[in-house]
Amino acid sequence: MQDKIRQKARELLSSGAVKVVIGYGEGTGSRVRALFIQKPEDADRLIMDERCVQNLAVYLTKHEVRAIGKPAIVARMHVIRSINQLTYEEQFNEGDIAVIGISDSNEIVDLPDLKSIKEYAAGNPLVLTAEEKADLGKLETMTREERWNYWIEELSNCIKCYACRASCPMCYCPRCTVEVNQPQWISVPAHEIGNVEWHIMRAMHLAGRCVNCGECTRACPVKIPLRLLNQRIIADIAVNFGQSEEYALAAFNPNDKEDFIR
Amino acid sequence: MAEFEPKVIAFVCNWCTYTGADLTGTSRIKHASNVRIIRLPCTGRIDFMLLMKAFARGADGIIVSGCHPNDCHYTSGNFHARRRWIVYRSLLNFMGVDTRRIIFSWVSAAEGAKWAEVVNTAVKEFRALGPYDEYKNLAPIRANWRTEHAG
Repeated sequence: MQDKIRQKARELLSSGAVKVVIGYGEGTGSRVRALFIQKPEDADRLIMDERCVQNLAVYLTKHEVRAIGKPAIVARMHVIRSINQLTYEEQFNEGDIAVIGISDSNEIVDLPDLKSIKEYAAGNPLVLTAEEKADLGKLETMTREERWNYWIEELSNCIKCYACRASCPMCYCPRCTVEVNQPQWISVPAHEIGNVEWHIMRAMHLAGRCVNCGECTRACPVKIPLRLLNQRIIADIAVNFGQSEEYALAAFNPNDKEDFIR
Repeated sequence: MAEFEPKVIAFVCNWCTYTGADLTGTSRIKHASNVRIIRLPCTGRIDFMLLMKAFARGADGIIVSGCHPNDCHYTSGNFHARRRWIVYRSLLNFMGVDTRRIIFSWVSAAEGAKWAEVVNTAVKEFRALGPYDEYKNLAPIRANWRTEHAG
């Protein structure tokens, strides 16, 4: 499989179809890092194994990457979903990117255009695993006060480094609301109120867009279980609005049901 | 000791609930005076952060109200808002924020009496819940923070 990726990358680069191939490579120690291959002879540095989990789609919207020229990207399932969502948000036009798709069963998937990406993503809908649902359930069985204390405790570790934002492919706004300071929307210091507001806002701005890649949780230097907030919303959207929505909060159904509006 | 009077912020839409609240006044219907009304163009404009800010600045309860479904002045603002509230309310509950303190309602421009009832019930409920110190006390860094945490 690794060889196939290298071969495909080499072909794309030598034919001039793309200017850069974004993939995984050996980093320091046993770590894996993102690689930006620009010469066909460097394609052999690309690797693919179980350590390669980072959501590379985050690089596609960076202006530094766009400046290089057309990219090809090594895309596992969560990257394909991210690209699909970014396409829905009109971040790419047809022909802007090439995709070297990799299925969950580690097979190369041919995804020549954005339409095929959409179809492939639709064929593999986002569902929470039983384990993830159990983690949500664990918190839901607590009393409200216990949940509040749990989150205040977890969020008190937050140092407001915004690694969750930087690693998220969906957080591509050139100017994030946390940087708005006239008026100050989110409190700047890493203090309780600002932390709570930031994490509620992050989760809400990703509502219906998050692809559950878990990159925010992996990037968090203080191990806040951020994914739980996103997964709560993913579960709610599936229950209330159905699974098929591309961006549930940009759409509506006149028959949406709720039980709390008086 | 005097009875606790909750501070209530109401975020209402310009076209239905605000006009409805106006009708409450012109109909000479009395309701609890705890409520401070903030008028916004549409329920679709009621950003979830406005609610968080209200709690942070000392609100003990919040009322969010707008046009009934299918009555929106902008056709679909309240439908979008409803979706957002469904997700938002569940997220807040998941994080342990007291969602009993946020009351959502549809009040049309003709429902002056309903507005008075919504406010009175809300205030009664918030009074029973007591002050929302839990959230208020998540203070940002105070002026004397350095001296408190010195050495």
